[in-house]
Amino acid sequence: MKRVYPDKEFCIGCHLCEVACITAHSESKDVVIAYTQERREKGITSCKKVFEKGHTCVAVSCRHCDEPACVAACISGGLHKDPKTGRTVYDREKCVGCWSCLMACPYGAIKRHPVENKIIKCDLCQDREEGPACVAACPNLALKFEER
Amino acid sequence: MKYVIIGNGIASIGAIEGIRQVDKENPIMVIGAENAPAYGRPLISYLLAGKIKADRMALRPTKFYELNNVELKLGTTVAGLDTQKKIITTEKGEEIEYENLLLATGGAPFTPPIPGAEGAGVYNFTNLAHAQELIGTAKDIKRAVVIGGGLIGLKAAEALFDRGVDVTIVELSDRVLSLAFDENAASLAAGRLDEVGLKVRTGVSVKEIQRDAEGYVVGCHLTDGGFLQTEIVVIAIGVVPNYNLAKDANVKVDRGIMVDDHMRTNAEGVYAAGDVAQALDMLAGENRVVPIWPNAYNQGFCAGKNMAGRDTGYSGGLAMNSISFYGLPTISVGTVNPPEDDKNFEVAMKLDEKKKSYRKLVFQNGNLVGYVLVGDIDQAGMFTSFVKFKLPIEAETRAKLMAGEPDALHWPDEFFNETWNPEHTEE
Ligand SMILES: Cc1cc2nc3c(=O)[nH]c(=O)nc-3n(C[C@H](O)[C@H](O)[C@H](O)COP(=O)(O)OP(=O)(O)OC[C@H]3O[C@@H](n4cnc5c(N)ncnc54)[C@H](O)[C@@H]3O)c2cc1C
Ligand code: SF4
Ligand code: SF4
Repeated sequence: MKRVYPDKEFCIGCHLCEVACITAHSESKDVVIAYTQERREKGITSCKKVFEKGHTCVAVSCRHCDEPACVAACISGGLHKDPKTGRTVYDREKCVGCWSCLMACPYGAIKRHPVENKIIKCDLCQDREEGPACVAACPNLALKFEER
Repeated sequence: MKYVIIGNGIASIGAIEGIRQVDKENPIMVIGAENAPAYGRPLISYLLAGKIKADRMALRPTKFYELNNVELKLGTTVAGLDTQKKIITTEKGEEIEYENLLLATGGAPFTPPIPGAEGAGVYNFTNLAHAQELIGTAKDIKRAVVIGGGLIGLKAAEALFDRGVDVTIVELSDRVLSLAFDENAASLAAGRLDEVGLKVRTGVSVKEIQRDAEGYVVGCHLTDGGFLQTEIVVIAIGVVPNYNLAKDANVKVDRGIMVDDHMRTNAEGVYAAGDVAQALDMLAGENRVVPIWPNAYNQGFCAGKNMAGRDTGYSGGLAMNSISFYGLPTISVGTVNPPEDDKNFEVAMKLDEKKKSYRKLVFQNGNLVGYVLVGDIDQAGMFTSFVKFKLPIEAETRAKLMAGEPDALHWPDEFFNETWNPEHTEE
């Protein structure tokens, strides 16, 4: 399956992937409205996390693991592996906000929603035909979406 | 039957998914004593609290069993096992032959002998039927006593309290959640319960349950001489592995069913997984019974793959708990209460009682082996990575961890690249 692979040799820590992620998951799909209004009012949060150490940066998000620790830990059936696409899929309706997945995922890929008892996790922009918005937004080609 | 699974909990689900990774064809039979398809056992407290409806209990979509070619026999208890003839017998006398058998019978509530405990008004809280019973009862009562301040006791207490019942938790040890928590975390949690009005009594236990002439529960006599008026008692002291079936069949049992690193028992073709099993614990380096959800799934998954013929080792379980108390989240992973006199351990703590925030890191010979977070739990997963992958921790990394900022760039370079930017993935 295709996954997003970050390369820390190329990442410049500009956080544009985060902005793109927020926009892609907004209602308006407008970068300004999404980043200012929807982020504040609806708590839209980026699925990406940018780490920095000295001059090195990297932007990570869910790896869609083959044998995901988050799925093993989920007490509600809110996370499962799609046997067809291979993605680790989140079902918001089922989730009870117990944070077991957030604890179990050793890649730090799960965040708490800031206002609701729900999680935020990368869905590989499943509804976006062009593929993940973060990859398209990266100015330095530090994110690749491909089969490996 | 090529695959037979006894028990229909999360270990069983893990096993079905494990088998189907390898063998998409041969039918699987699952025999479960309960009447429902596999449900989220921890969700029974959400159901009792009224936070979710019964239709959200199921763990997998309705079609799951059909799609996976699983024959599901619900409401059926297995009463006998013959490991020589490779036959199990149900309570109704039906005999089923197996090639590969998984014992995933989970745990049974532990109930110490308390005078007065026999009879109406005394409950356990480990399955859906218990939750449904308590939902019915909660309408008609004012007060409840919950015996046991562990995970299940606290969850039962919280849920009953949410139904408008006046609840007192009675815990024998000096704090709640004594296994998963240390004193600081336990006192923050207890403080939160106290704020909302849930009563916690530690250092005492129930000596006798008092009944009136008609046999109704009226209260509990405590070991300190006190008396608590109540109409019901929930005994939630813990669960013990439900291994009698195995033991009677001469399958090797210690505290739980003993399994090797492939989840095999000593009987040919018989595997065990979940709360009933005593399997490898990653940090202890030996077999332990650690009855938690993720271990049950992972053990089931590993057993399933091996049952289907793919040689798969079990890398060992890691103790972990995530529990929230009325909006105060807590997470504990690995070793959280190291032996006090052992010089190999080092502990770093940061407590802010006002903000109700706490962080404790436990190091052993320089490695992170456990942590507790209360309040600010958002970095939990990254902390888990250092424990789970046993990553080396240099001075700079240690400073980051102590500051509450675990970071993937502090992983060893090679490991980082293999994980995040590999040239090829395994498939
Ligand atoms: C209220 C509550 C809250 C919890 N919260 C958490 C939590 O937040 N996090 C966490 O990690 N863990 C939690 N746990 C523990 C967790 O639920 C267990 O670790 C997990 O359910 C174990 O799964 P299992 O498949 O091994 O066994 P079980 O879920 O116990 O399933 C075993 C099944 O086998 C059936 N069975 C037994 N004997 C037979 C037989 N002879 N024939 C046929 N069927 C049989 C039983 O009826 C049962 O349905 C909680 C438990 C409870 C009760
Ligand atoms: S959330 Fe974490 S464990 Fe789950 S698939 Fe993504 S990276 Fe893997
Ligand atoms: S927070 Fe939601 S998705 Fe995560 S483990 Fe709990 S129920 Fe599952």
